[in-house]
Amino acid sequence: MDKTYASPEEAIADIPNGATIAFGSFFTAGKPTALTKALAKKGVKDLTVVVQQVGTGNEEMLELVTNGQIKKAICNYPFPRSASKGAQHPFEQAVRGGKIKLEIYPIGTFVEKLRCAGAGIPGFYTPTGVGTVVAEGKEVRVFNGAECLLELALPVDFAFVHAWKGDREGNLVYRFTAQNYNNAMAMAGKVTIAEVETLVEAGELDPNFIHTPGIFVKRVVETGRPEFNSASV
Amino acid sequence: MSKMSKVVIPEMPPLEREMIALRIANMLEDGSYVNLGIGIPTLVSNWIEGRDIIIQSEIGMLKCGPLADEGEQDQDRINASCQFVHELPGSCYFNVETSFAMIRGGRMDVAVLGALQVSAKGDLAGWNNPARGLGKTGNIGGSMDLAVGAAKLIVAMEHFTPGGEPKILEVCNYPLTAKECVDVIVTNYALIEVTPKGLVLKEAIPGITAEDVQKMTAAKLIVADDFHEMEL
Repeated sequence: MDKTYASPEEAIADIPNGATIAFGSFFTAGKPTALTKALAKKGVKDLTVVVQQVGTGNEEMLELVTNGQIKKAICNYPFPRSASKGAQHPFEQAVRGGKIKLEIYPIGTFVEKLRCAGAGIPGFYTPTGVGTVVAEGKEVRVFNGAECLLELALPVDFAFVHAWKGDREGNLVYRFTAQNYNNAMAMAGKVTIAEVETLVEAGELDPNFIHTPGIFVKRVVETGRPEFNSASV
Repeated sequence: MSKMSKVVIPEMPPLEREMIALRIANMLEDGSYVNLGIGIPTLVSNWIEGRDIIIQSEIGMLKCGPLADEGEQDQDRINASCQFVHELPGSCYFNVETSFAMIRGGRMDVAVLGALQVSAKGDLAGWNNPARGLGKTGNIGGSMDLAVGAAKLIVAMEHFTPGGEPKILEVCNYPLTAKECVDVIVTNYALIEVTPKGLVLKEAIPGITAEDVQKMTAAKLIVADDFHEMEL
């Protein structure tokens, strides 16, 4: 089985307007940089993006914002930490101006929605968010005396993930804290596209140490090690 | 009754942020797993080097080491505040779903978080300052999961807002992170425990009396029988 594509452009060629796409990355670590740049170049619109944050340490996502490609964002730490930086930030301005609709979740809920989508679980109850704005409109049920919220799985049409190494069959290995959301997003994607820094042949990765099994990955493209832009949160 | 009218900021210089962190570091027990939030909580890590305390970073790292200087930085190794860190013998990496299983699943012995407001019942408001004008959106991050999941929640914060308003109130009026979750509050003037009876004032910094702390706090304080000067 060979899932490789020659370029990021070819790997994302069939993404239509209106698609829902998840992007790995926890601030600067584990960003699918090449795939995101290709998406900006392709210019598809009305996208729903599922990503921890837009903008801070993620200049590639920012390009989607300034191109007007995003209709809705689902995030957990969407804005710059500093209010003054935020006021200048194109994403925050687009949300304030009503150009991008924003939905937020606590991190644990955000990632579990993705994991459940990949695991065949339509929803789950969590104690996180009870008594806060996150609970508004959600079913509450008591377990062992504690209130919990019903949260639903979040399947996505496409998932963009960044791995350190991957083989032709889609088995992936991440490096240090660049692992973050990439596995849960790979599981949640109907079509998961992995950009890998180094592509290897089947059998070259130690099968005891695969982070994401190849069954969750439809396409693989070798993109090299991304240039690093440091960022302060 | 105006909450502002009864608040008096004393002339005594308050603790530096590093000293709030030191007081909290001295509360941590060896053998514990601890998560540190952004801001003053991060400074706690400066005071526990060499101790048997394991720092979890919710990005997906256990035994998170000290900050890495230029030349020792790796773009793939950051903490949850987006700072470069070192790994230590016994460090391990994992995904975010596993990280929050640890947090919600009760494996964190202690979480130290910053706060905008804390109520007399231990409600925490820390993710959304209404002055920023973002309505019901904002940066929740891992704060709600940590507030709900940690066995013990310590709040590290300044006693007043930059505008001089009290941050300890009978009831929070900012959007909540979680209800009835805070166990201990350490500020630049005092150490206060949240108990079923109410807020108990345990310690104040040198030169500050229990009466002073009550005057600068917009919630009723019970002075502990063993109330004493804060030792650092």
